[in-house]
Amino acid sequence: MKYMLLIYETPDTREIFTGAEGTELMGRVGELMSEITEAGELVGTNALADPSTAKSVRTAGGTPAVTDGPFAEAKEHLGGYLILECDEARALDIARRWPTVGSGGLEVRPLMDVGGAEM
Amino acid sequence: MTASPGSVEDLLRPLAPRVLGALVRRHGQFDACEDALQEAMIEALAQWPRDGIPDDPPVWLFTVASRRLVDQWRSESARRRREESVAQLEPEGEPSEPSPAEAERQGHDDTLTLLFLCCHPDLTPPSQIALTLRAVGGLSTAEIGSAFLVPEATMAQRISRAKQRIKDGGAVFELPGADERAERLRAVLHVLYLIFNEGYTASSGPDLQRADLTREAIRLTRMLHRLLPDDGEVAGLLALMLLTDARRAARTTTAGDLVPLADQDRSRWDQEAIAEGIELITAALPGGVIGPYQLQAAIAAVHSEAARAEDTDWPQILALYGLLERISPSPIVTLNHAVALAMVDGPEAGLELLASLDGDSRLAEHHRLLAVRAHLLELGGETDRARTAYRAAAKAATSLPEQRYLERRACAPD
Repeated sequence: MKYMLLIYETPDTREIFTGAEGTELMGRVGELMSEITEAGELVGTNALADPSTAKSVRTAGGTPAVTDGPFAEAKEHLGGYLILECDEARALDIARRWPTVGSGGLEVRPLMDVGGAEM
Repeated sequence: MTASPGSVEDLLRPLAPRVLGALVRRHGQFDACEDALQEAMIEALAQWPRDGIPDDPPVWLFTVASRRLVDQWRSESARRRREESVAQLEPEGEPSEPSPAEAERQGHDDTLTLLFLCCHPDLTPPSQIALTLRAVGGLSTAEIGSAFLVPEATMAQRISRAKQRIKDGGAVFELPGADERAERLRAVLHVLYLIFNEGYTASSGPDLQRADLTREAIRLTRMLHRLLPDDGEVAGLLALMLLTDARRAARTTTAGDLVPLADQDRSRWDQEAIAEGIELITAALPGGVIGPYQLQAAIAAVHSEAARAEDTDWPQILALYGLLERISPSPIVTLNHAVALAMVDGPEAGLELLASLDGDSRLAEHHRLLAVRAHLLELGGETDRARTAYRAAAKAATSLPEQRYLERRACAPD
């Protein structure tokens, strides 16, 4: 089963990565990344740019219109994601150990399978 | 003789376990030999379609792979000692020539040994599957990656980690002793079953590469059946695969929608596969110890013998599920048992049995319980409750076609 770990951040999360504490934190991210890479569990990962760089597209009067910024101001925003192939317990374990879990939190969701069993 | 890349692949894959076995016996180091053979096979795929198939393909592969090993050890020995042992590892031209009968027996043992090694209990199921497909199935890392929808690099990592773990665990290249043989064989059968299922659930739409796993699982299980013709569970698993795969053409619409067993156009079932499956299971059943694969095959056989859904011999299926639940209980077995019970004794009886699964944390695929409950409520004429249950099942589903099917049922007119 594949799981997406959605990494939520607060406006302060990335500041934590500056300074001596940040170096240590980056080291821990690196260790965890190596662990899931070497185990052959990591399917994909990306960090997202700040929400202020986002553009939103939504339909007004039947025409999709582009506006600057995200849909809504939020205390927390999606900062990045990991896709892992593993069981649920393992996905939750990685989420629990994610170094920024204390600043925003993570959501763990199964990916939909494109195949289906006989019903 | 030139050959198409496809036919070269068909020729190469069955050779993989024999050649790998010979390499490991000659050189030791399962992990290095496996890499070297993979490289030799990639070379063969590039060369043979162009230059023609060599006179003795296994010897060609053995020689090229051995050369790779020696090259690799040489470059390593530049850094380390080793020069002496490398000289001894130089392949002496052709592998020593055993008699054809002995070579045959050795090839059988090697293939079995490899299967046991790849399905080693220290490995996780995804690693067992990947390693089995590569070392025994002869598939490339790229092919396995695309079949499981993960990047090639991820699959390569998974395979090399699996080999490392086998090495660290001190596993040796020999058949497991009689005391652990049965348990290790169960692990092998489970891995083959998982490979089959992975392909079977994907047998429509854009997933053809994944669907090839079904063919691969059948090929490997057929090979195992040839090696262990007297094992009832091996025969049972092969029969189960054939009888299930026989329904492939009927189990989805051209749009990729799932068609439940009861609604399938049975004229599209593959009668040849059904005949072979029935013959296998009929021969295996009286043989002695009855296991879960034989029982599941027997159930599939009963379904396949009904010309119309309403001709299905449900009392016999119910009896078989009763047996299955005794020897190999699981929530999924209980679900299917409940359906059979409903068909024989009415929906109420089925629903009662289902209630025993409420709160069962072993049932990872919770939507199946909801879906079966919905189905039995529908059978009992409780349309509203059935709809609610179908809707809940659709929400819980993690498969797109299953979710679409359940949504359709939730919206179906009475």
